Amino acid sequence: MAGPVLEMRSIVKTFPGVKALSDVTLTVQQGEVHAICGENGAGKSTLMKVLSGVHPHGTYEGEILFEGEVCGFKDIRASEQRGIVIIHQELALVPYLSLAENIFLGNEHAKGGLIDWRETLKHASELLRRVGLSDHPETRVADIGVGKQQLVEIAKALSKKVKLLILDEPTAALNDEDSGKLLELILELKKQGITSIIISHKLNEIRKVADSVTIIRDGKSIETLDVKAAETTEDRIISGMVGRDLDNRFPERTPHEAEADAAPALEIRNWTVNHPIDQQRKVVDDVSISVRRGEIVGIAGLMGAGRTELAMSVFGRTYGRYAGGTVLKDGTEIRTRHVAEAVEHGIAYVTEDRKHYGLNLIDTINRNISLTALDKVAKRGVVDEHEERKVAERFRKSMNIKAPTVFEPVGKLSGGNQQKVVLSKWIFAGPDVLILDEPTRGIDVGAKYEIYTVIDQLAAEGKAVVFISSELPELLGMCDRIYTMAAGRLTGEFSRAEATQESLMRQMTKDKEVTR
Amino acid sequence: MSTDVTAKTPAPAPPGKTGEGTGGGLLQLVLDGLRRNMRQYGMLLALGLIVALFAVWTDGDLLLPRNVSNLVLQNSYVLILAIGMMLVIIAGHIDLSVGSVTAFVGAFAAVLTVQQGVSWPVAVVLCLLVGAAAGAAQGFFIAYLGIPSFIVTLAGMLVFRGATEILLEGQTLGPLPDGLQKIGNGFLPEAGPETNYHNITLLLGLVLIVFVVLQEFRDRKRQQEFSLDVVPLNLFLLKIVSIVAAALVVTMLLASYKGAPIILLILGALVVGYGYLMRNAVFGRHIYAIGGNLPAAKLSGVKDKKVTFLVFLNMGVLAALAGLVVAARLNAAGPKAGLNFELEAIASAFIGGASMSGGVGTVLGAIIGGLVLGVLNNGMNLLGVGSDWQQVIKGLALLAAVGFDVWNKRKSGS
Repeated sequence: MAGPVLEMRSIVKTFPGVKALSDVTLTVQQGEVHAICGENGAGKSTLMKVLSGVHPHGTYEGEILFEGEVCGFKDIRASEQRGIVIIHQELALVPYLSLAENIFLGNEHAKGGLIDWRETLKHASELLRRVGLSDHPETRVADIGVGKQQLVEIAKALSKKVKLLILDEPTAALNDEDSGKLLELILELKKQGITSIIISHKLNEIRKVADSVTIIRDGKSIETLDVKAAETTEDRIISGMVGRDLDNRFPERTPHEAEADAAPALEIRNWTVNHPIDQQRKVVDDVSISVRRGEIVGIAGLMGAGRTELAMSVFGRTYGRYAGGTVLKDGTEIRTRHVAEAVEHGIAYVTEDRKHYGLNLIDTINRNISLTALDKVAKRGVVDEHEERKVAERFRKSMNIKAPTVFEPVGKLSGGNQQKVVLSKWIFAGPDVLILDEPTRGIDVGAKYEIYTVIDQLAAEGKAVVFISSELPELLGMCDRIYTMAAGRLTGEFSRAEATQESLMRQMTKDKEVTR
Repeated sequence: MSTDVTAKTPAPAPPGKTGEGTGGGLLQLVLDGLRRNMRQYGMLLALGLIVALFAVWTDGDLLLPRNVSNLVLQNSYVLILAIGMMLVIIAGHIDLSVGSVTAFVGAFAAVLTVQQGVSWPVAVVLCLLVGAAAGAAQGFFIAYLGIPSFIVTLAGMLVFRGATEILLEGQTLGPLPDGLQKIGNGFLPEAGPETNYHNITLLLGLVLIVFVVLQEFRDRKRQQEFSLDVVPLNLFLLKIVSIVAAALVVTMLLASYKGAPIILLILGALVVGYGYLMRNAVFGRHIYAIGGNLPAAKLSGVKDKKVTFLVFLNMGVLAALAGLVVAARLNAAGPKAGLNFELEAIASAFIGGASMSGGVGTVLGAIIGGLVLGVLNNGMNLLGVGSDWQQVIKGLALLAAVGFDVWNKRKSGS
């Protein structure tokens, strides 16, 4: 290692009324992969925006040294010219332009304002090869998967002669296979001398690729750890992030004793769903599952396993084309062809994508909570605003939603608090069965624990909970039973005692090739 | 971008919570309130400023009782359309056909009453039904067939304009029966002893003021019963006093001329009714929900298609009402009636705080926006500004209002 390539010294960044960064110091060595860890709201993204010039020089205090020189970037362009490229969580690709066009967007190979297509395509395919993509550079971005799109972003960064690559939660939307590829690419780039900063919630990833990790908490840099050192365990990193020892990541649960004779609260039989466009393809294939009152049942699966598709098609046919199967509630067959029907029968689906499918971000907390069950706070079609506010206040307290008032727009809340609002909304609807789809995705450790507690409470109150998650430890810690799915089919069922990460993963990867 | 940042700051130090008694006193509270509702109060202030400016420039002519009365009559149709347009825009759509529907219904009314001899109350009902049908037809294409509202209503704009000319055979048709004319030109009847004021109008104004004040107090009391935070007493009283003062001034102005125009009563009922609908009715909430985030609304069980359909049906009815008012006021229906009305209604809604992406806006905002345009119109007419320059100025006003909003949002970083 040849000394630090980047030093950020005592960075302070204030927004009106809030101090986002109060004192952050970050030192990144030449040629290393440096992870940044911290709860949501700790200031990781703000720090990277300061570094990349999104927050221009002069709007923050402190000093940035890049390659030994003091830098003050006035915009992203300035930082990119120095070879600092940031890839945001939400990809910045234009879906209907080709890979090549995207790679050189804003940086085109052109002569006199006209694009030199030969040079563009040649250079693009070189870059694509470097990131391990064999797709033709004229393919449209919309036609490749999210995993590949992420790689295209990196190719784009490479085209800018990147020296320091910043990746903000690069694997958040990727399945395990694509994540693995991406992480390997980061290691490969490291060999080529490119330094990377990776922001991630996934501690196992950090252990896999990073050389060192800086932990940020409440706008301050807490410590930098050597990942390769033996004492840097996941628990060690977590305790640094939350500032306390996390002896128990899940609330204590008394496993539910299934009452064998009572009919399950929800039973799905032989459910089959076809892809909405490619109708020959079965996205969910003959799946039967059941959940009893007071029980938490997990569904494990990799991306593309069909878990969300199963849940959404049962919940008012909001995904794909129904191709067969029945739903039973407490032993009697019910129809759930519309969302309203499903809700009427006491089913709630809490989406994995709260921003797009869960909340009206421009509206207030109280109005979001009441939306699904407006009738409960309304008389003859007229909403009682006082009653509505009271309900919202109750949830704000019981769910510990951090907001000054319930009239705060939901879009201003942090991810964890938004998730609490979505949960409140569906708990207020008073369902018997809750289908929770990745309820802890993208939220910090502290908020996760709170959400687990809520889920546990719901089960204790006698509600049936279906818990879809990609995080196996979470399923193992919370569920009474776990189903596994792969490529649209049910591949296994485990009791709490039988299930281990290894046994689940074996079933989750089973049959993947056979069904195609 | 900065939304993102605020979203990620932990446990925001309660900034706006000055609480009762603490903080910098009444002025501070008022300013805080203003800042939080910049859009609405900003436009109200702008309206006040425009009124004051024109009052000075016209040597007070703007505020003469006769002119205030005129102002209401002249702008009633835009305000009616603006209410409906606000709903459409909140739902995330647009309606370009309202001007043509207005003309078509006016023509239909004239044909019924003048050519066919249908009695005017029957004609009014039939016209509103025709408007509803026009709205429903467009709503059907938009909601159930998924054709973008811009396209459907652009088609509607052409279709109904053409249909108007067919119906009238290119001629202007009039005069209309007296009863119908009253909708556009009439005033409340007078009763009681001879004072210098219009008694019924005074009475009506007083009843209204008492009602509003009682309502405000009841609301406050209920909030306290639920032990919810209420605005401090002094601020609350200030609000009451301002409302009473404003209502009193308008009442006196109208009462010292011919009294309240009938159309003002209709308009008042619409504002109160639709304001209530949008704020308190389940249906209103569903409109905000589908405009704010359609997929989320769907997954919450909102019947988005039905809501969209009804919003356009409603727009059709209001366009019909506007058509009747316009025909009544001109005492004739012509093929060029209602020209560019859709643009005025849309401008009113955006000046009044609507958002291009839907989900935002209030009925009161639409009215304020409409009044800003109306006062500009009226004031410039009094000053003798030509219609060429009037259009330029109104266009710039729209740009300035929305530009100010964008700038203000960026500055406050939300």
